[in-house]
Amino acid sequence: MPKGKVVIDKEKCKGCELCIAACPKKVLGLSEDFNTKGYRYSTPLHPEDCIGCGFCAMMCPDVAIEVYREE
Amino acid sequence: MKTVYKKPESMTSATTIYCPGCHHGIAHRLIAEVIDELGIADRAIGIAPVGCAALAYDYFNIDFSETPHGRAPAVATGLKLTQPDRVVFTYQGDGDLASIGAAEILHLANRGFNITTIFINNAIYGMTGGQMAPTTLEGQKTTTTPFGRDLQIHGHPMKVSEILSQTAGVAYIARGAVYDPKHVMETKKMIKKAFQNQIDGKGFSMVEILSTCPTNWGLSPLDAVEWLKKNMEPFYPLGVKKDIDQEQ
Repeated sequence: MPKGKVVIDKEKCKGCELCIAACPKKVLGLSEDFNTKGYRYSTPLHPEDCIGCGFCAMMCPDVAIEVYREE
Repeated sequence: MKTVYKKPESMTSATTIYCPGCHHGIAHRLIAEVIDELGIADRAIGIAPVGCAALAYDYFNIDFSETPHGRAPAVATGLKLTQPDRVVFTYQGDGDLASIGAAEILHLANRGFNITTIFINNAIYGMTGGQMAPTTLEGQKTTTTPFGRDLQIHGHPMKVSEILSQTAGVAYIARGAVYDPKHVMETKKMIKKAFQNQIDGKGFSMVEILSTCPTNWGLSPLDAVEWLKKNMEPFYPLGVKKDIDQEQ
């Protein structure tokens, strides 16, 4: 399996959880703390499982996610 | 590391005013991705509607006009007639396009004028506070139909794509959804075709996108997705409604 990496702009995230539902590897979850807008934001809880498929970014309505994959 | 996904160039870094889980953001992103891929950012003009998407000009890095209350097709026609080399698209919701702007869109489609329309159908009025829209489903509760939409009193939900696909001038009409990655990819292909048709001079093309409105439906973003799949999708079937390329 390729190794991936997600970078989430926590200030853009509104905590809708669409990315969490879309992740096939259950990498993402909601944070314990809040961003400045008062939302619990999406964050990689298990970054080691990420395969860089990009589904989370594809579902993000706030364009808060960047996805990278090892060549 | 290889970049799998980053923000399209045609989008600004502004944070949208949309509620958490609103599908407007996904639709915006797909349009921006298509504009980037077709390399038309310098000659695209978007027309924003009335409703939550009224501020769409803040989110796109391209020329924009704000034309509320269903008049986007009229302004789009003027822009395209005076600047035929520009790629003009309207972005309209169901209140804007199917209610107050029903006449404009019907005549635009019937004329077959070479414009692209992106139609967001979330079966409710979003910005004004969750009133019944022409596309509200039978039995659906809104602030103006507190006991559910009654067909005897309020009439039938309007299937805009099916109606417009009966007009002679239309080149392409399709209905997509953006509730999971598979449908996001399919809908992006539809949007790309609708823009390509305009570049190729084929005529009026429209993509309807079934969208959630978690706030006014009174559901969480994930429950709203399930509600859309269970209630909206059977009544508004997805797929291509008309494509002149397939008919020839």
